Amino acid sequence: MAALQVEGLARHFGEREALSDVSLTLAEGQTLVVFGPNGAGKTTFLRVLATLLRPHAGEVRVLGRSLPREAWAVRGRVGLLAHEPLLYRELTARENLCFHARLHGVGERRVDELLEALAMSARARERLRTLSRGMVQRVAIARAVLHEPELLLLDEPYSNLDPAAVELVAPLIGAGTDPGGRRTRVICSHDPSGGLAQADVVLGLRAGRPALLRAAAEVRPGEIAELYR
Amino acid sequence: MRRTVAALLRKELLVELRTLQSVPGMSLFAVTTFVVFHFALNRNSVEGDLAAGILWVTLLFAAILGINRLFVADADQGGFDGFLLAPVERSAMLVAKALTLLGFLVVLELVAVPAFALLLLGPSLGGELPGLLETLALGDIGIAAVGTLVAALAVRTSARDLLGPLLALPLLLPIVIGGARATSPLLTLAHPTGPPARWLLTLGLYDLVFGLIAYALFDFLLED
Repeated sequence: MAALQVEGLARHFGEREALSDVSLTLAEGQTLVVFGPNGAGKTTFLRVLATLLRPHAGEVRVLGRSLPREAWAVRGRVGLLAHEPLLYRELTARENLCFHARLHGVGERRVDELLEALAMSARARERLRTLSRGMVQRVAIARAVLHEPELLLLDEPYSNLDPAAVELVAPLIGAGTDPGGRRTRVICSHDPSGGLAQADVVLGLRAGRPALLRAAAEVRPGEIAELYR
Repeated sequence: MRRTVAALLRKELLVELRTLQSVPGMSLFAVTTFVVFHFALNRNSVEGDLAAGILWVTLLFAAILGINRLFVADADQGGFDGFLLAPVERSAMLVAKALTLLGFLVVLELVAVPAFALLLLGPSLGGELPGLLETLALGDIGIAAVGTLVAALAVRTSARDLLGPLLALPLLLPIVIGGARATSPLLTLAHPTGPPARWLLTLGLYDLVFGLIAYALFDFLLED
């Protein structure tokens, strides 16, 4: 079954066209990596898939459900790691994760497991605003995977992370890391070689339009670099 | 639904206890306003219509401060999106926010009413306290319903600090009128009587109507 089916997707903000004529299909368990310069529409694309933005034209099916009509059936099956951590600065890392765990009907044991896996147990009871950006990113990753989503949407997941932290988060958001190995991922990246290494399919966006859409094996890093020129 | 409301309420309480931005600000505003009235009117005590008017207008403006801040942490820190991604009923947020605002108003009144009695009020509140509490409770429910609706509408706009009060004031006016008319007989020096039933009924009906309107509209306000 296709995890994503997008046909002629368009989304605008006022007069500005953020996405136009985006069409693609992604099979379950595959990874789509989206490249493109700032303002190319990568984040908008992720937010549409996450049901946070309505498509203004085209057909979007996520995990077999049509958006926005069946968005209610997609929520809870999607994990989003956005630019913003979607966490409260005045709550501790653990309080934030427990809050989201309650919303998703997940037990607190899972929270503690994730904090342990991300080497955050020692700082789990400190308020988020006192943590470094890298630590906040780790907590945000824990929030995104807390409910073991079928579709993981990751906007530059390794930003602010040092090499040791990248090693810690990789088992949580890497390919085939869920028990069934069927997790589908959409990753926005600015790193051509790192992104290509993870991708099954590559989408290159320029000014909201697809400039590149191909299997990753057929894409050269130079073509991705071309998107940014 | 109940579990989601409980999770949201717990989060609201923790955020308020750690930031102390809403309730202390509202309470301080109310007490300061009574001091201003005390000197501006050049009177040691007020009663009747004037007393009821001062009390309700002050509570209204203090409530606006709380309404304006009700969704700020969610909007600024991405809490809205985090909530919208969860497989929960969206009206749980309406219930939790309205209960939060109701809680803020109760604490505000625990500070403001004694301060009002001390700084401005001529008659003693003693025997009329149950009637006053009844009127305040009805007014608070209406303010919480209208305030939550308006705050959710305003917070996603760029002019939220302006739009919130501009929308809230006309919508809250009937509550101030009803509240003041119901309170006035309680605050007279001569023969204080209980709050008139028709004004209590008016407040109750307003609460019901805006409760239903908020419930019907809230999901759409959270939508993109």
